[in-house]
Amino acid sequence: MPSSIIARAPSGERLDHLFIVDVVEQESRVLDLGCGRGVLLKMLVDRKDVRGTGVEIMEEKVYDAVGKGLSVYHGDINEGLSYYPDGMFDYVIIGQTLQQSRETEFVLQECLRVGRNVIVSLPNFANWRARTHLLFAGRAPVTKALPYEWYNTPNIRSLSVKDFQVFAREQGFRITRSLHLGPRRPVTFLPNLFAEHGVFVLTKA
Amino acid sequence: MSDYHIDGQTFDSSVGWVETRYAEFDSLPLDSGLTLAPLTLAFETYGTLNDERSNAILLLHALSGDAHAAGFHEGDSKPGWWDMMVGAGRAFDTDKYFMICSNVIGGCRGSSGPSTTDPATGRPYGLRFPVVTVPDMVRAQKLLLEHLGIERLLTVTGGSMGGMQALEWVTTYPEMVASVIPIASTHRHSPMQIAFNEVGRQAIMRDTNWRGGDYYEHDHPDAGLSVARMIGHVTYLSDESMHFKFGRRLRGKEVLGYDFTTDFEVESYLRYQGDVFIRRFDANTYLYITKALDYFDLADGHGTVVEALREVPADTRFLVIAFSSDWLYPPYQSKEIVRALKGNGLDTTYVEIHSTFGHDAFLVETDQQTHVIKHFLEVTAHREARRRA
Repeated sequence: MPSSIIARAPSGERLDHLFIVDVVEQESRVLDLGCGRGVLLKMLVDRKDVRGTGVEIMEEKVYDAVGKGLSVYHGDINEGLSYYPDGMFDYVIIGQTLQQSRETEFVLQECLRVGRNVIVSLPNFANWRARTHLLFAGRAPVTKALPYEWYNTPNIRSLSVKDFQVFAREQGFRITRSLHLGPRRPVTFLPNLFAEHGVFVLTKA
Repeated sequence: MSDYHIDGQTFDSSVGWVETRYAEFDSLPLDSGLTLAPLTLAFETYGTLNDERSNAILLLHALSGDAHAAGFHEGDSKPGWWDMMVGAGRAFDTDKYFMICSNVIGGCRGSSGPSTTDPATGRPYGLRFPVVTVPDMVRAQKLLLEHLGIERLLTVTGGSMGGMQALEWVTTYPEMVASVIPIASTHRHSPMQIAFNEVGRQAIMRDTNWRGGDYYEHDHPDAGLSVARMIGHVTYLSDESMHFKFGRRLRGKEVLGYDFTTDFEVESYLRYQGDVFIRRFDANTYLYITKALDYFDLADGHGTVVEALREVPADTRFLVIAFSSDWLYPPYQSKEIVRALKGNGLDTTYVEIHSTFGHDAFLVETDQQTHVIKHFLEVTAHREARRRA
């Protein structure tokens, strides 16, 4: 299965990860939902000395994350969230996972229940490449950022970064920082057209 | 090092020849209100205790286990019950850690139990032996650690009943435990688990040779104990593992026998397991230990499991392991433990290892367990070093 390509720094580190490492304060308590092999969480532990824990459903990825010395819950994110009392974390990170969640509203509310801040990263389905693919080829978009075919995509929510901003406002959340990423670097000009991914830091308004 | 062979495969046992040792204690007050006096504990150790006494790990055995977790006893062809997990370079690396494993009280493998001599009568206790609980087992192990001069454990760990003892350890002696690894276990016995144990106990007690527990000078209730073991073994396997292991294959015949001798492989396997068990296990101990299991509820005296874990220091680490096909101690029970730990904000890793081996997986799925335990222990040892500095 292909995976979404996200812009990287010359060091090879993903730009969305570097942004998140910059956002999270020293010694924060962090919950990473859909932590995968634990690359981001390990960066946060090493550079920000966070007290971190991850949630991951794929067994092989859990082994990799544990191999990095991380604490991980092997299961789905709804379980992973419901176990925690209110306000347990300074940051809940939900990276490239929310668009794969069936209960999007509930998950986001739960994130903001257990965390003071929530960091969401998403692919942008309104990127110009996806738009032209749909408009001219007449096919469901397949791009480097959205590499899946309609029949094997894990993304059950097709939303744009603008959709997410509207949704966050309607839910009564405040976006305190954001980053839009193009194929190689951050974009500021017409992000809903040129960004492939968006990263948002939310708090309760 | 010495090689051994099981099913045509060659293994090496890295702890080599080992001996069971014994420690004597004056008395132990029990949950029942009675006192056990005197008290013997059989134990084995592997590896070397370091100068700071900071590398000790307490390994806790399951229902039919004993102190002999690794290596060989002289004359034996089979190693201890968790040999693949304990030794140089293994999950519990004896080059780094000092492993201690003792037979539980109520047992029949060297520690005081119903088959040992009652000093009041000069004859085996039988049912005059007091009923013991998982917390009683843990308090006995505490005496052993004092005897060995160990004040803090790097980890307490075990599968099944061993996992229950590990959880009991951290709630009873929270300051002594840096980390806990409960495997294929539960925070309380479920009605289904009690039900299977009761079938086993009834098989023993309805054997006419049982004689109210006073059989030691007569024929033993072998038929009852072997049936108890057979039902036990069914619960340790899974539908899938039985398909794989036996299918509907016939045993020693080409066609059905149309009689009540052994037809199927699975029948032969169970009978064999029953027959082997009676040679090494005491029927009364089976009654006592299954009773201790059934009584186990971590919430006892606390109200809830979350409350039971309230006194556990915030820097205590947990690794909870379950197996996907384990229907005797299903993953949901491990998840309940995790929920209570996380509810207390405790650092917890949970892994559900995919396996078709049922409850037995904790004894046989060593690769994945080794991977997660090894890394977990490294981080724990590192944190402990930082804590002491």
